[in-house]
Amino acid sequence: MTIAAEPHSAPAQLHDSVFLGRLSLEAIPYHEPILLLTFAVAGLLGLSLLVWITRARAWGWLWRDWFCTIDHKKIGVMYMVLGFVMLLRGFADAIMMRAQQAMAFGDANGYLPPHHYDQIFTAHGVIMIFFVAMPFVTGLMNYIVPLQIGARDVAFPFLNNFSFWMTTVGAVLVMLSLFIGEFATTGWLAYPPLSGAAYSPGVGVDYYIWALQIAGVGTLLSGVNLLVTIIKMRAPGMGLMQMPIFTWTSLCTNVLIVAAFPVLTAVLVLLALDRTVGTNFFTNDFGGNPMMYVNLIWIWGHPEVYILILPLFGVFSEVVSTFSGKRLFGYASMVYATIVITILSYLVWLHHFFTMGSGASVNSFFGITTMIISIPTGAKIFNWLFTMYRGRIRFEVPMLWTMGFMFTFVIGGMTGVLLAVPPADFVLHNSLFLIAHFHNVIIGGVVFGVFAGVSYWFPKVFGYKLDVFWGRVSFWCWQIGFLLAFMPLYILGLMGVTRRVSHFEDTSLQPWFIVAAFGAVLIGCGIVAMLVQFRVSYVRRESLRDHSGDPWNGRTLEWATSSPPPDYNFAFTPRVHDVDAWWDMKRGGYQRPTTGFLAIHMPKNTSAGIILAAISGVMGFALIWHIWWAAGAAFAALIGTAIVHTFNLDRDYHVPVETVTAVEDLRSRQLAEAGA
Amino acid sequence: MSTHTMSPPAETGNRYLVAGEHHPANGTMLGFWLYLMSDCLIFAVLFAMYGVVGGNYAAGPSPKDLFDLELVAVNTAMLLLSSITYGMAMLEMQRHRVKPTMLWLAVTGLFGLAFIGIEMYEFHHLIHEGAGPQRSAFLSAFFTLVGTHGLHVSFGIVWLVVLLTQLGRWGLTAANRRRLACLSLFWHFLDVIWIGVFTVVYLMGALR
Repeated sequence: MTIAAEPHSAPAQLHDSVFLGRLSLEAIPYHEPILLLTFAVAGLLGLSLLVWITRARAWGWLWRDWFCTIDHKKIGVMYMVLGFVMLLRGFADAIMMRAQQAMAFGDANGYLPPHHYDQIFTAHGVIMIFFVAMPFVTGLMNYIVPLQIGARDVAFPFLNNFSFWMTTVGAVLVMLSLFIGEFATTGWLAYPPLSGAAYSPGVGVDYYIWALQIAGVGTLLSGVNLLVTIIKMRAPGMGLMQMPIFTWTSLCTNVLIVAAFPVLTAVLVLLALDRTVGTNFFTNDFGGNPMMYVNLIWIWGHPEVYILILPLFGVFSEVVSTFSGKRLFGYASMVYATIVITILSYLVWLHHFFTMGSGASVNSFFGITTMIISIPTGAKIFNWLFTMYRGRIRFEVPMLWTMGFMFTFVIGGMTGVLLAVPPADFVLHNSLFLIAHFHNVIIGGVVFGVFAGVSYWFPKVFGYKLDVFWGRVSFWCWQIGFLLAFMPLYILGLMGVTRRVSHFEDTSLQPWFIVAAFGAVLIGCGIVAMLVQFRVSYVRRESLRDHSGDPWNGRTLEWATSSPPPDYNFAFTPRVHDVDAWWDMKRGGYQRPTTGFLAIHMPKNTSAGIILAAISGVMGFALIWHIWWAAGAAFAALIGTAIVHTFNLDRDYHVPVETVTAVEDLRSRQLAEAGA
Repeated sequence: MSTHTMSPPAETGNRYLVAGEHHPANGTMLGFWLYLMSDCLIFAVLFAMYGVVGGNYAAGPSPKDLFDLELVAVNTAMLLLSSITYGMAMLEMQRHRVKPTMLWLAVTGLFGLAFIGIEMYEFHHLIHEGAGPQRSAFLSAFFTLVGTHGLHVSFGIVWLVVLLTQLGRWGLTAANRRRLACLSLFWHFLDVIWIGVFTVVYLMGALR
């Protein structure tokens, strides 16, 4: 942004107004045409959405049935919506970078000034990891895990709602930085001393810190919540080794969340103290140690990449066995591979900075642990392949994403092993080769996995399947677009091109960047095709309708109930005898009860979560802009509201037996019509 | 595939369904324990930070120049005593006696307040001497580690006051007993952390 092109000098804080802190009209980037246009478009879209909701008189319904809901299914859906919205923002950043890099050669400077470009690559990374991948993963776990273990909800339904809104408030703060002030220009992990007060005096890094702190609280609490849910709320008979693989990988992911996110919280607090109080943790003088930040943030950061990928390994396992019509090959080895990855993910963090200079022995240790972690991952790939072997494979869209993943992820995994060799890393460190590597595993693994999961479970969530044609179009656009966008980056990286550069002198590199930009456009087509798919499927929902609740001939418990499932998930809690519990029930002559229903004990909706999160958002904004009185007031309000909430004992109710009977009778009729 | 039958699960003894209402175990204690472990990691990071930069005085004062071990000993006694009194409160809770429970809790809170008061005096004194958190990385790490612990104790005191009100209003209900048990975990956990702080920061500081 232009105002920050001339950074405020460090003592600018002296001029802060008591009432508004650093905030003034100058914070609004009205001399930046690109941002003004974005603002206008975003404003118009937002306004028309508000008008549309108002005209549909949907506010009361939205508030009562969605914003205040404690139903894990609705919260899961809201997480997915958040992920998709933020994916559009993150992709807009990506396409801007690819366009800039395809243009800015020799005398041409492209259309983005460096200061703006720096904000874009920072925002792209932060948004894609924290506000796209994390909500997607959390959303899938939220929706599916309680169903797979035969539970009625998560262990702490209110906390679940609160976690979602905290994540959303973090996303809102990042979006706000577009139009009020600026975002960090430091790269997605904000290494000091660059991110310290001396070199980043503006509000950008503060937006980064507080957006991640607020979202991080949500992530941590949802980790605790899902852990307790999986440990305490499994249906009778479901021992640990009878859990579906997706639940297993979710369990491990949540162990990682609970054991990694506190480190992020702590290290960001230390950075915030350096910036606002003037402590010397990561400064260059008074004994500070910037490398300590890099160590700590990667002690969180490496487990984080496994937090993202493990649940998707679970998704692929479910999809492969369902669409091959076979029990998963090597269930136990899959579980142990997951556990080994969980543990090893804490022993590799230093490979992110071999060039720090910790010496040959330390680098060798971390190089070797990194290579070892590819063994359990490879075991998983073989398990999936052997599951497909001699299976009756159905090439439905979820299976396409899964096979695309196996092809793509293996390439990414191998370049990862390459980067794990310290001498090779000294050459490739910080180059586009690295960028190609992690996009290879994150797009090929996490993103493809999320889309496999979305197309697999969509009929469960909404009661109708997704349109196949547009699903295939989306898949092929993504798959080919990914290869075109990132294979050139491997080549450029090998040639020594570094990351985070907005202008190049050597025009011979330009063709590669143009191919990469074309690939990004193709990925854009994939995103559009997916949105079209949602629309087309909604319009044709009656012909795509599934009444059976089990459209894919599934194997796990989520397919045992109706689609969408009733609020209480299961009228009677299932009793489990096999890993593929629902498959076992179908084979064993399970008969669905049609009478004798009971009232069901359920938690009650509450507005406390969204209110607490909104106050946290105000506090974050005030801290970013140094509006100390408002931060203090918001903090007091936060504590006060939380205390008031503890006095509310009216938290549960019984779904009356008449309601349960009515819902189940409707399902009986639908099943009869479907001829099941 | 699923077909219909007219008989409820309880009557047929359907092996795939639980007859009647199924109540999973309450997970609050496990959840709170997990939260405490995550909090423990925050302290682990602060300890690690102190371990790495704790010797970086930047030509400023060192622990030997600053720490008054006698004051810290008194302070430690306050916190340890408060853990004992909390234990007494839990014993009274087991005996279903509301008033004595509340009394012991109030005593615990007073010990906690004394601890916070002494800590604030210590901080004030250090800053007054020019040894504030900005002076050196050692002091940054010291104030943050000890201050974070103090902040936790302060939250514990606020929570204690809220719980006293709720005990007065509802007595020893299941919810209140669970909350008392959670705060008990929290309180003893802070005691354990303080043992670490006392050893690593103050005792080992005096030896430096």
